[in-house]
Amino acid sequence: MTGAPLIEVQDLRIDLDNGSRRVAAAEGISFRIDRGETFGLVGESGCGKSITALALIGLLRQPLSIGGGVIRFDGQEIQHLSAARQRDLRGNRIAMIFQEPMTALNPVSPVGRQIAEMFVLHKGKSWREANKLAVEALASVRVPAPERRVNDYPHQLSGGMRQRVMIAIALACSPDLLIADEPTTALDVTVQAEIIELMRNLCAERGTAILMISHDLGLVANVCRRVAVMYAGRIVEERGSADIFRAPSHPYTQGLVASLPRLGSRAALGRSRLKEIAGVVPAITSFPEGCRFNPRCANATDICRTVVPMADALEAGGLVRCHHHA
Amino acid sequence: MKLRANLIIGGALFALAILVGVLAPWLAHTDPVLDANLLNAEEPPGWTWWFGTDDQGRDIYSRVVYGARVSLTVGIVSQLINSVIGVALGLSAGYWGGWWDDVVNALTNVMLAIPSLIFALAIMAVLGPGLTSLLIALGLTNWSFTCRIARASALSLRSQGYVQAATVLGYGDLRIMITQLLPNMLGPIVVIGTLGMGSAVLSEAALSFLGLGVRPPFPSWGSMLSDARDQITTAPWLSVFPGLAIFLTVLGLNLLGDGLRDILDPQSRSRRT
Ligand SMILES: Nc1ncnc2c1ncn2[C@@H]1O[C@H](COP(=O)(O)OP(=O)(O)OP(=O)(O)O)[C@@H](O)[C@H]1O
Ligand code: SF4
Ligand SMILES: [Mg+2]
Repeated sequence: MTGAPLIEVQDLRIDLDNGSRRVAAAEGISFRIDRGETFGLVGESGCGKSITALALIGLLRQPLSIGGGVIRFDGQEIQHLSAARQRDLRGNRIAMIFQEPMTALNPVSPVGRQIAEMFVLHKGKSWREANKLAVEALASVRVPAPERRVNDYPHQLSGGMRQRVMIAIALACSPDLLIADEPTTALDVTVQAEIIELMRNLCAERGTAILMISHDLGLVANVCRRVAVMYAGRIVEERGSADIFRAPSHPYTQGLVASLPRLGSRAALGRSRLKEIAGVVPAITSFPEGCRFNPRCANATDICRTVVPMADALEAGGLVRCHHHA
Repeated sequence: MKLRANLIIGGALFALAILVGVLAPWLAHTDPVLDANLLNAEEPPGWTWWFGTDDQGRDIYSRVVYGARVSLTVGIVSQLINSVIGVALGLSAGYWGGWWDDVVNALTNVMLAIPSLIFALAIMAVLGPGLTSLLIALGLTNWSFTCRIARASALSLRSQGYVQAATVLGYGDLRIMITQLLPNMLGPIVVIGTLGMGSAVLSEAALSFLGLGVRPPFPSWGSMLSDARDQITTAPWLSVFPGLAIFLTVLGLNLLGDGLRDILDPQSRSRRT
């Protein structure tokens, strides 16, 4: 099982067709996730995290499309698979949960039935068997009294319970990869921690890899072994979670890390303010030439404004996309 | 409380009509066709003849009871055909969009432009009178409202989180339409359907009134009204009772439609429990 990664993305480009012209909403996206690994994708709103996830499961729809690159899942290229073959992968081998547990469940269908449907759809089970498995699945996400709860409708459950049901649905078929796109932003902080912990444990039990997407670097670094930081449609740095905090290499990542509140920092540094990164994220139609971070970067030089930096391998492990990286 | 009254009264009236139709042979006092006796012609309602008799001496009560069979069969079956056609076309058009949506829209507009009774009349003229022709004619001509509602619902539902979630979970188009979209539009569809049953009962009456319905002498409420029109002043009971039967059935269906809408909305269901 060693060697071959579970999913490998190489130089993926996602085009946005806005009527008159094509712009790359994301480009040069490369990363790999091993079996059972936890990998995080972090970046500001609009940097292209969700569309990258959609590309992986073959659900980019007009005006978005894959403009180039390779997505290899379990050794097989999947970016050009037929719709039917991609559907077989979705929910079965690659599952995804969303940030909106309020709307991601069908309001007129009992939650047990929605879980059971996965076994019928992907595993060819009879409804009788599937309903039994649904009770077990609900029990596995620690929903109390699952035999009764299977008959509940989504609106009878709290937000945290609904997200548990979503996890039960997503993990029903023991997928190889779970994509979690901001899975807890809509929840209370205390519930968030519980849900993340639950998700991590269940995936560990099943050997399911996690691709966790969030704008919260702290959260992602906590959960994931490795983290990729995205900025304006490109991955700018990819590191082990511990390294990215200890010695962030890209100026954008440095800014992100400096802007994180840290336990104890107030006591140590007195009442120093959290640092913010000056400037705003460029719009997709007006990405700057060269390094896209250059208008906001303190270290920018002429080359930054003209030449796109390549992804350099770091000695300590990891990749960074900056002409003058630390 | 008022919503529940809708459901109970409407359901009771509709159930009563169905019960009467099913139990007609036991409820009727006489054979609706054969037991004619000119000696009892045009008796007013009373103890022996509850709803009176017609000009051939047939018992109106027994004929109204048997007439329920035709009216309800036509109402239920033709509306079912309409609902299936309307939902299949509207749902797929709204979900898929594109050229198929254009085709369905054009078809719906044509159907809306032609009064459905006139269209049904034309079909009846080709097929000839009789129960089967009635079912076909009324079943093919009144699906445009259902289609419109289904299409509009599908359009708004397809961007819902749970429809997208289903796509992500590997559901195929058909499964999404049946499990995610259809149940969520059932409320308005059922309401339109029950109202449509009411109007099919009326259309049956109208077509039978015009002599295109079920062949006499077998009774239907519409043909009874048609037969009674010359005696409306001299023997009003001939029109009043079949008319009342139509009125109560249609009223029941309308109330039932309202009541069902409340029951089918899970939000309101939990408010009650
Ligand atoms: N359907 C669409 N049509 C047009 N543009 C889109 C569409 N979906 C995404 N985009 C654009 O693509 C870019 C990346 O969007 P994406 O949803 O991946 O961002 P994100 O990183 O997930 O942000 P967030 O943290 O807000 O979820 C954005 O600039 C967005 O405006
Ligand atoms: S390439 Fe230049 S502008 Fe971009 S992050 Fe590095 S130093 Fe800053
Ligand atoms: Mg997103």
